[in-house]
Formats: sequence, structure tokens, C-alpha cells
Amino acid sequence: MGIIEIKKLRKVYSDTKIPVKAVNGIDLDFEEGEFTAIVGPSGCGKTTFLNMVGGLDSPTEGEITIDGINISHLKPRQLVDYRLNNIGFVFQAYNLIPVLTAIENVAFIMQLQGRSKKDRNSRAKELLDAVGIGDKLNNRPGDLSGGQQQRVSVARALASKPKFILADEPTANLDSKSTNDLLDMMLKMNKESNITFIFSTHDQRVMDKARRIVTLEDGRVIKDEKL
Amino acid sequence: MIWSISWRNVWRNKTRSLVIILAVTIGLFGGIFTYAFMSGMSVQRTNAAIEYEISNIQIHNPEFLLNEEINFTINNSEALISKVEKVEGVKAVCSRIKCSGMASTAITGAGITINAVNPNKEKKVSKLYTKLLKGKFLEKGDKIPVVIGEKLANKLKADVGSKIVVTVANVKGVITYAAYIVVGIYKTGNDIFDEANIFVEDVPFAKLIGFDLKNSSEIAISLNNNDDTDAIAVLIKTKLQSQISSKNIAVQTWNEIQPTLSAMTSMMDLVSSIFLIIILIALAFGIVNTMLMVVMERVRELGMLMAIGMNHKRIFSMIMLETIFLSIIGGVLGIVISILCVDYFAVHGINLSIIGEGVNSIGFSSMVYLQADNSFYMQAGILVIVTAILSSIYPALKALKLNPAEAVREEG
Repeated sequence: MGIIEIKKLRKVYSDTKIPVKAVNGIDLDFEEGEFTAIVGPSGCGKTTFLNMVGGLDSPTEGEITIDGINISHLKPRQLVDYRLNNIGFVFQAYNLIPVLTAIENVAFIMQLQGRSKKDRNSRAKELLDAVGIGDKLNNRPGDLSGGQQQRVSVARALASKPKFILADEPTANLDSKSTNDLLDMMLKMNKESNITFIFSTHDQRVMDKARRIVTLEDGRVIKDEKL
Repeated sequence: MIWSISWRNVWRNKTRSLVIILAVTIGLFGGIFTYAFMSGMSVQRTNAAIEYEISNIQIHNPEFLLNEEINFTINNSEALISKVEKVEGVKAVCSRIKCSGMASTAITGAGITINAVNPNKEKKVSKLYTKLLKGKFLEKGDKIPVVIGEKLANKLKADVGSKIVVTVANVKGVITYAAYIVVGIYKTGNDIFDEANIFVEDVPFAKLIGFDLKNSSEIAISLNNNDDTDAIAVLIKTKLQSQISSKNIAVQTWNEIQPTLSAMTSMMDLVSSIFLIIILIALAFGIVNTMLMVVMERVRELGMLMAIGMNHKRIFSMIMLETIFLSIIGGVLGIVISILCVDYFAVHGINLSIIGEGVNSIGFSSMVYLQADNSFYMQAGILVIVTAILSSIYPALKALKLNPAEAVREEG
């Protein structure tokens, strides 16, 4: 039984003249500890799919069950709490809070969870050490390179002890070296701590490191390869 | 950490924050300064009316109030004065003979009100003697002295030492006249009063018109504290109830005698309030605009915060706090600058002599000493913060309507 079970997932955007079927009947399961890349051409439904799995968007039809909880039936307020405690997000544009330092960015999500200052500071420091920027704790995002910011973003995603991490094109803004370093770091975490990563990507370097590649086209799964 | 984020967000765009802080500061300063100016003017006018013109409370024959005829007198005024003097809070009481007449010099003449007074007692009730520009106030032993206002002196082309002839109807209605020497020229700042009122000694004037000095036209009462006027008027009315009931006398406070004064104070308060409201509305638009810009600029960041699990309440609080910080900084600055400025001009005054003729002609002094209660600073500050809070509700609600899935992908 997978950590994430997706059944007959559909998303139709009806606010245009001709309704757009962004996701058109996807059935997928994700196991704990997977390192999966969702790939496909632009407009194939990767982002819509990821948004629904992440509880940021609601499906038109179908069910998403995460660890036994059907999140398709959760109310918006419940979804906010669900995301906070169960899902880690890594965004293409890093999306760190510019007025907070690296350690504060990581600790912030734990404060939202109501954890003690001592607990969140020690875990934030530990995570930033783990992603390799333990020497930049007090730097603000503006003082960090793109690769370093994305590492802070990964540390932040891990801070809430989520069930899995969704990364939307995490390497799109990075150079080759930063991409390789980041992927190696995430792969190491995946192997050592059994953390589940699901990426949407166009990047061949991500696909090369992934252990499962799900290819979408016109909102459907056309290929699901375990490598 | 939400407090910390909001505080740091204030300084993300320093120029924009400083502009809105400056707007709050200047707006608040403008509102407080206007209020203090208006309040200073009306309080000064009221105090001047009490101290130099009316006194706190006056007693007349009710018929005298309808027609200032010399025969409408308060009979046996000495007994009445001694009763009033015993009322707690009464500082001094004096009796006046008051009637209309004509003052003339060789050049011209003018209609006037003659105030025939006992100089020593008058000085205890009225501070007019402190407003002398030239010469001195009436003194026992002076030969036929008269004190006139500057405006009348200019009109009659008279100066200290000039002779003026006062023509008046005596108690029998026969026109009589006497020559007086100007011993002093006063200026209260109220041209209307200064042009119309002359002061002469009561004893010779009573002899001139055949007035019985046991009676009087007017009894003026000054109090230790202006704020007690209404309460002490009630006490005096109680003491003199029988004479009031028999319509021998009427007791009036200064605002009953000149209701325009209290109406003016209320109007000035109203004008200040309207001005403050206009400032607050302008401020509200400025804050709405600034906070909308803040929200529009941070769509991706707000989307991310919603995505990672920051709930609506916290997002709303974060934006509100940012506005509150901005308004508190601007508010405190505005209040501090206002206090310094109002305190300075409360002592040194603002000289309106450039338009002095104009303000004097409507009864106001050309030196305005600002005045504002501490409670007004507090009220103005609270109003600014409340305005800021109300103004930031719309931008904050706008932020809550963002779709996190779309917002996180917004171009930054």
C-alpha cells in the first residue's frame, strides 16, 4: 500500500470558453522513500497534478489519499493545517522570506507548528548543516547564491518533518554545478533518511538521478518507469 | 516571528515606508496644529470676554436687558452685592452705571456705552486696566477722567490729555453733557468693544445724570475659576430667588449674555473635527494604496506562505501589523512634533498682526497662543491608528483571496 494513492484524478478548468482538461484520469501510487520525477512537455498537467497532490488545488473528480486520509474531502482550512504538518514544498524560485535569515526561514515553519524556540533553532541548524550551508545560518536570502537559497528551501521543506516533499522544477534556475550538488544532497537524504521526493521537471539531470519516472501527456500517464 | 517579519517588512522598501510615515506625521501634525490654533483662538476670545468685557456673571434689571434705559435699575444694590460676595467661589463683585450716549471731539462724534465705575472695585472684577496702551486707568482724585478704547480714540482723533464731550440723557430724559479728559487708552483686541465702551468714575457721573448711587445698572461678578461659572450662577440664583421671582433682577452667565461665544467654541471644535476627518480620509487612501502595492509586490511570497501552511489569520495579522507599525511610527512622530510645536507657540504665540485689523474687527486678538489638551493628543493618535487598521483591512483581505497554487508561480 502506497503512502500516496491517487485514483481517477481529473481536473477540468471551466472558466475558459472551452473547458480545459488539465488532468484527465490519473491513477498512481507512490511508496515511501521514492525519488520520483514527473516529466512531460509543457502543458501536460505536471504542475496541476502536483498542486492537487500538495493540497493547493482541489480535483474536479477522483481521490487523493495520503497515509489513509482522503485530502480531496478536506476543507480549505483543514488543508492548510494538513500541508503544514504533512507536506514539504520546494519551489522553482526558492521563495524564501527575504527579511529572514537562513536559520529563521527554516525555523519559521516550525514556529507555525507551535514548536519551542529551542527545538526549532536546534533543528534548523541541524538541517542547514545537513544541506551543506551550516556556515551561512545568519545570511539573508539576498546574500546567498541560487544554489544556496534552494538548499535553504530544501531544509525548510524538511523542517516540518513531512511525509513527502514536492519539488516543482527545483533546478530550473540553477547552473549545472549547483544542480548536481543539490540533487546529490537530496538523493543522499532520500537514501539515508528514506525521505520521499516527488519532482516535476524538464531537467534531464534530474531524470538521470530519479529512480522512477512518470511521463504525462495531455493530462494522462503515458509511461511509468521504475529504474 | 510574525511580529518580527512585519517589522522587518516595514523597512523592505524604506522610501515607500518613509513616505507613508511622513504622510501620517504631517497629517497628524496638521490636525493637531489646526485644533490647537482654533482652540487657542476661541479660549482666548472667551477668556478675554470674561476678563475684560463681561466678567463671569452679571445681574441686571430684566427690563434693562430689553432696553438699556438708565431708569431700569437694580434697586438697593449694596445689599444684593453683600449677599453675592458671601457665595463661595466669588472673587469680586462691582456695581456699574451703564447707559448709551455720544462722545464727541471738535472733529467728530460717535455713539458709545458709558460705564461709570468705582475704579478700585472695577479693578478687582475686570482686568481692563492691564490692557492700557497709553496713560493710566481711572484713579480717585483725577479731574473728570475717562478711559477710552484705541479704536474710538482713532475715530475721535483723541489721545491721552485730549478733551472729549460726553452727551447723555439724565434720569429725567433731559439731554445733558460733560467734558472729560482722556487719561488712558486701552486695547482689548476686540475692536467692537473698544470702539463702543468708555469708562468714567461713578460718583461724578451719577451726579451728572441724577442717578441714585444706592442703585446700579449692572452688577458684575468675577469668580476664582471660570469652570465654576454655571455652578456658582445656580448658587447665586438660589440666594436671590425671591428677587428673581418678583422679576426685579435677572442673573446671567457670560455664555447667556453672549451666546455667540459658546456657539463659536462649538463651531471651532466642529471645524477642527471636520478638518481632522478630512486628513484621516486622505491618510486612509494613502494607506490603502501603499498596502495594496505591498500585497501586489509580494504575491509570490504570500502564496508560498499559504502553501507551506500559514493560515489566513496569520497572513491577515502580518499585513495588519505592518500597517500598525507604520502608523505608530508616524503617529508618535506626529504627536511629538505637535507637542513641541504647540508648547512653543503656547508660550510665544503666533503673531497675526499682518491680518490684525481683520481678526480684531471680529473680536479676536492678533496674538494667538495655541492650546491643546493632553487628551486630544491621545485621541488624535488613537484615531490615526484606528484609521490605519481600517484602511489595511481591504489590502489584507485581498491577500487572503490569493490562490497559493497560482501565487507561488507569479513572476517576482
